[in-house]
Amino acid sequence: MSTAEDTPPTGTATATAQTTPETTAPETTAPETTAPETTAPETTKPGMTASRGGGTAPGGGATVVAAGPRRAPGLVSVAETRSTAERRPVEPAPAAGRPPAAPQRRAGAFWRLLGSELALTFRRPRNLLMLAVLAVVPVVVGIGLRLVGAPDDDLSGMIAAVAGNSLMLTFAAFSFLVLLLMPVTVSVVAGDALAGEAGGGTLRYLLAAPAGRTRLLAVKYLNAAVYAYAATAVVALSALVTGLVLFPAGPVTLLSGTTITMAEGLLRIALAVGYVGAAMSALAAVALAMSAFTEVSIGAIAATVVLVVLCQVLRAVPALDAVAPYLLPTWFMKFDAVLRSPVDWAALGEGLRAFGAYVVLFGSIAWARFSGKDITS
Amino acid sequence: MTAVTHEAGAPFGAAPPGAGGEAIVTRGLTKRFRGGQVAVDALDLAVPRGSVFGFLGPNGSGKTTTIRMLLGLVAPTAGEFSVLGTRPAEALPRVGALVEGPAFYPYLSGEANLRRFDAADPTASRGTAARRIAEALERVGLTAAAGKRYRNYSLGMRQRLAIAAALLGPRELLILDEPTNGLDPQGTREVRTLVKEIASDGTTVFVSSHLLAEVEQMCTHAAIMRAGRLVAHGTIASLNAGTAARVRVETPDAPGAAQVLRGLGLADVRVEEIDGADARARLVSAELGGHAPERLNAALVEQGVAVRGLAVARPSLEDVFVRLTGEGFDVDG
Repeated sequence: MSTAEDTPPTGTATATAQTTPETTAPETTAPETTAPETTAPETTKPGMTASRGGGTAPGGGATVVAAGPRRAPGLVSVAETRSTAERRPVEPAPAAGRPPAAPQRRAGAFWRLLGSELALTFRRPRNLLMLAVLAVVPVVVGIGLRLVGAPDDDLSGMIAAVAGNSLMLTFAAFSFLVLLLMPVTVSVVAGDALAGEAGGGTLRYLLAAPAGRTRLLAVKYLNAAVYAYAATAVVALSALVTGLVLFPAGPVTLLSGTTITMAEGLLRIALAVGYVGAAMSALAAVALAMSAFTEVSIGAIAATVVLVVLCQVLRAVPALDAVAPYLLPTWFMKFDAVLRSPVDWAALGEGLRAFGAYVVLFGSIAWARFSGKDITS
Repeated sequence: MTAVTHEAGAPFGAAPPGAGGEAIVTRGLTKRFRGGQVAVDALDLAVPRGSVFGFLGPNGSGKTTTIRMLLGLVAPTAGEFSVLGTRPAEALPRVGALVEGPAFYPYLSGEANLRRFDAADPTASRGTAARRIAEALERVGLTAAAGKRYRNYSLGMRQRLAIAAALLGPRELLILDEPTNGLDPQGTREVRTLVKEIASDGTTVFVSSHLLAEVEQMCTHAAIMRAGRLVAHGTIASLNAGTAARVRVETPDAPGAAQVLRGLGLADVRVEEIDGADARARLVSAELGGHAPERLNAALVEQGVAVRGLAVARPSLEDVFVRLTGEGFDVDG
């Protein structure tokens, strides 16, 4: 630390060396040189300029060009006025040589920003820790079921199914995690996406870079969706490996009683991952919208999680059955459609349409808010 | 948010907007926040290209809000402005900015942080990123700390990293909000040198500061804000021209000195006491006008007036500032 601060930057040193011939002598004599003081331009009096428009202002600038070397030495060193005078003629050259249009956007710039976003997300210890927790849960559930399932075979439903086949643990893990833990994980990443940047102040620098608001929002959403799929895949992989280690492999008996081959079982797991990932991506849109409204990421995260829990509560009230189809978490559990024989495509399609609707709705809310928001953090 | 078009008769009218003329133009720029607080009130600003422009004002006078508007972070309530002759979205790749202190990702290294912000610029080339980042770090003297996490940076190093971020690409305009905040005197000097160096390449530097001496040393132009309004705007010399320089003569023969100075035609000749000095010594001061101090000295001595000391008191920007914004750095409502 100290070395970096104590060592003068090489660039500065070089520049000093370049300017030394002109700076040393005039600076020492500067306090004595008094005569030109009165020749400072009278044309640009303070106060007068406050009311004038941009049109006349360059006159003041032009006056400076002439008056520069004659400026009061006590105020600005002669060295500086000299360098000011010297750099004036240089000025039009870059202006003339510069291409008239702004620098061109580079192909792949969007993907570069997305790559940066993904690297940031997947290198952040907090996000990795959450993935690790998600990976541990199926292992714990698997071991628990193994211990329970070992003594007697008098089991029912999901437990029996899991104990009977290694692939079923994946579906069991999803049905545990999709209710709260996976939504929380995704909410943390998506809810933090804008609010965290705003709270940390990095948002102003990203937008000044300029990242572009719509572009940044799109990148943030895609990033959250990738994380949602990563979380889903981590759960599936962990459950699959645990299941294969702890339970017998072989043909899978579905909820409808039919038996399918193990290969097809794996295919259906992939299908479930696709569906659950989409569900979590839809939730990510909700969290991102929340994130656009605050500079405190915990607020956006908490709001999303509270919404999820509230929906679960509403779903549990039989009198409110009519509302249930409009609640996002209602559709989270529908991945069990892949366990029907044949696959209940209609149910999956319905769920995916609901997710799409949520992405469009909350994506629009996020965009409407973020695109016009004053960034004051 | 619309770009300002220059009138054909303007001095730089021949050039297309943005090719010459001003790096920043604002007309009637106003920002009223929700709740009715007017942060910036009808601001007319013109920052000539190639200038080092000091943007001064007490805390809360609207400097940062103005900068945020220029960077497209805050939408103006009224008025128009242009940056490099165009809208902020198009100008920003050519603008380096330091706004309200450094802000980076604490868990990333300094270098990784710069890579992150470089990736956010759609015009920046990925191929040259490593070289540009290394150059920017070297320019602010952070090469040795490039791999260190930002979390472990000192305040001065953080400030340097923010300046490095502003220097990632070829810039035509640098907007630096309080660039020397948190820097030690050596760091402050280095920033000053850096600003001069950058300006000598033809880059316009727009620097907000409350350190007046600093602005005086760095800047060619300045604007002074008070409570959201512009109270002065012009070259440093023209701003100072409002307050005249005075010659101060320390002498045991105050009446004689005053007479000689009046005889030479100096205005506003005053005899003042010197606190705690020899009872017989007095201070005679007068507006210097166009006179050379060494001539005054010779004249006084010729007339038999003993001169113990002669000094020229230059008006500092601080005097001008205090005259325009009032005493003290109180926060404006």
